[in-house]
Amino acid sequence: MNEQQQSLWSFMHEQSDKLFNQTLQHLGLTFISLLFAIIIGLPLGILIARKRKLSSSILGLAGILQTIPSIALLGFMIPVLGIGAKPAIVALLIYALLPIIRNTYTGIIGIDRHIIESARALGMSKMQILFKVELPLAMPVILAGIRTATVINVGVATLASYIAAGGLGEFIFGGISLNNTNMILAGAIPAALLAVILDFLLSIIQKLDFKKLKKVLYVFPLLIIVLSIFYILPSAYGSKLTAGFTPEFMGRQDGDLGLKSEYGLKIHTIVISDAVMYKAAYAKELDVISGYSTDGRLKAFDLTILKDDKGIFPPYYAAPIVRTSSLNKFPELEKVLNLLSGKITDSIMTDLNYRTDYLHQAPERVAKDFLVRNNLYKAPRNGKEGTVRIGSKIFGEQYILAEMYSMLIQGNTAYGVSTKTGLGGTKICFDALVNDQIDFYPEYTGTGLLVLLQPNPKLSKEIAHDKDRTYNYVSREFANKFKIKWLKPIGFNNSYALMMRQKQSKALNVNTITDLANYQDKN
Amino acid sequence: MIELKGVSKSFGHTQAVKQISFKVNEKENLVLLGTSGCGKTTTLKMINRLIEPDAGEIIIGGQNITHQNPEILRRGIGYVMQNIGLFPHYNVSENIAVVPKLLKWDAIKTNQRITELVEKLHLPKQCLTMFPHELSGGQQQRVGLARALVTDPAVLLMDEPFGALDNVTRSSIQAEFKALEELKRKTIVMVTHDVQEAFELADRICLMDKGEIVQIGTPKELLYHPTNDFARKFLDGQRLALEFKVIKINDLWDFLPKQQSLETEKADQLNPSIWDAMESIRKVESGKIQVANIQSEHKTIDFQQLTQAFNQYKYHKAHE
Repeated sequence: MNEQQQSLWSFMHEQSDKLFNQTLQHLGLTFISLLFAIIIGLPLGILIARKRKLSSSILGLAGILQTIPSIALLGFMIPVLGIGAKPAIVALLIYALLPIIRNTYTGIIGIDRHIIESARALGMSKMQILFKVELPLAMPVILAGIRTATVINVGVATLASYIAAGGLGEFIFGGISLNNTNMILAGAIPAALLAVILDFLLSIIQKLDFKKLKKVLYVFPLLIIVLSIFYILPSAYGSKLTAGFTPEFMGRQDGDLGLKSEYGLKIHTIVISDAVMYKAAYAKELDVISGYSTDGRLKAFDLTILKDDKGIFPPYYAAPIVRTSSLNKFPELEKVLNLLSGKITDSIMTDLNYRTDYLHQAPERVAKDFLVRNNLYKAPRNGKEGTVRIGSKIFGEQYILAEMYSMLIQGNTAYGVSTKTGLGGTKICFDALVNDQIDFYPEYTGTGLLVLLQPNPKLSKEIAHDKDRTYNYVSREFANKFKIKWLKPIGFNNSYALMMRQKQSKALNVNTITDLANYQDKN
Repeated sequence: MIELKGVSKSFGHTQAVKQISFKVNEKENLVLLGTSGCGKTTTLKMINRLIEPDAGEIIIGGQNITHQNPEILRRGIGYVMQNIGLFPHYNVSENIAVVPKLLKWDAIKTNQRITELVEKLHLPKQCLTMFPHELSGGQQQRVGLARALVTDPAVLLMDEPFGALDNVTRSSIQAEFKALEELKRKTIVMVTHDVQEAFELADRICLMDKGEIVQIGTPKELLYHPTNDFARKFLDGQRLALEFKVIKINDLWDFLPKQQSLETEKADQLNPSIWDAMESIRKVESGKIQVANIQSEHKTIDFQQLTQAFNQYKYHKAHE
């Protein structure tokens, strides 16, 4: 434990520049969206306090917006607003809107009507009543709304890193992908602290006696504006091309680190989630992305793979990894899972992915079609001899594989099946396996080596380029360390790949990663 | 000074005020009296356009108020309400200074006027920096009155001004109110449902029922010449007390014994009502006071002589 703390501390110390920047970005992002939310929400709240008939529809709409999952909201915005700051600010603004509108509304309608009547009787104009009577009296309630919105925003702002808007989410999601607890904590602890501190500060402001300190009313908006300025938009690099890499890719030797050390690639890079990366490349928001070689969206979005001429992306076998205890519990499991081994080649996998990612066929259907074609499909036996829990990571290929395994188990054994698909990243999936939350999931040998085992760099460099040595190494190590067994490889390789839009790659005559590095140096 | 001509107002399907017309003379105190829901408050609020009439004209100082900007109109009319409506986020002096600020008075003039009013209304000076919730109900009502009087408007509208006060505070403020020189110069329209209060303060009373005027006249006229059953019944319950308030020493003068003893104390005011004279007698140990008629002739009377004179007066009245 002590070691863990020390290394977290040293990690934060090491990355203090980045951490500081991310914290500022986080604060800025929170407050710039808060500012806009106030600019929009306050007048709306006042409007519905005047015209009560509108109140239920406007509050209802804001409530519905609030329920949209944040990732989905960010996804919707890419075609309209692209990636980066704009969609993130808009998404945060939408989440902040409801508490601000609602509290402005309740604050104003909660004022004793005799006070408003006496203001009218004294000859105050509507504007004077609003600014001198209604808003000051509603202020404690409005501030409570702003406080709620701020805390919500600090939380949701971590997701902004998914669409390259920066913030502490970069560490959090990078850490989840890279199985790096220190990195997760380096993002999560400051984010939690920000939420707690801001909540506390706002609670103090809320309790201030405005009767005696009217000046605070003017200081407060100013403060929000100043904090907003922290959000310095990720500045352009000078070069024309922009790369978008996943948090996982950013931290891997067979990723961004390798690109820098082996190719000397200098490119303006932003961190983005793979869920939106392809779309962003297609929409010309990004020029170079880090994809998977079997990804169906390659075909769908007209992207081309840049040849890895120095071989930094080792090919990965995909294979199911199973808890040894589960193999004992379900004696037939291994045999059934191995039915798929050697059946899916690279091109077949790419095609299957294409069907889900681009043709939007359901993974179940794609899986069933494939099994039927290969005479592997059997009708489910609705077995009751225990339930096998299948996990999958959160992308198409893994969903398809999970479905195939589910059908194979149901058709060939008397076991029942439950699937836990969409586990956020390697770490989440693997932790679920280790902690006996799932029985198996499909993993990649390279990931097993570089992310989960993390042997010393010399050893990993030596064996990473050999598929079979990697497979043998991880099989042995997983069995020893985690009591987890690597079953036979499914057949296809999945590795990282740099991708560009086909048109652009032709136009710039960039076909390999070396070409890209040279192009960047020249421009 | 104020004239209403055929003023009507409906809320949805209920007609709150039906074709009302009356005049209020300069420096007169007209009390709108009636049960709740009779339209008296609606009538009052139409005079400063807090409520816009559906029909009819309202003229103040010769000008039709519908042609005036309502905000400017209201700044020129004092308004006191039952719930007082002080701004909880303003201290007392800021509350009083609202209208001067709207009229862009300079600070010195405002402050002088506030100091003057606070003294006249018997408010402690240190309360100027206090907030409304720190004051007693009576003090709050005085601040409300100060706020209405600060710019010395010619017209004052009062909506149940003493309605929120307890009985003790209420009668003492009523007495102060009656004695306040500042108010004697004003044309006042006041709403109340309290008959005693109306008789105490009104020059004329406008008795209303179901949105219509039942009778308009002096307290004496209402008491002795009610126009219909409603007007008679409305006052019946408190007739004796009202008569004591309406009948003055001057009315009884001939029935009082001609005697004067210079040692006895003098009543507070010239030509007091029977009620006030009784109050004065009750306060002195000897049970005798000197009262004066409007010609400033004095007589010394005691309680028994007063009631006797009152009975003779009534008998006389009935056989006139």
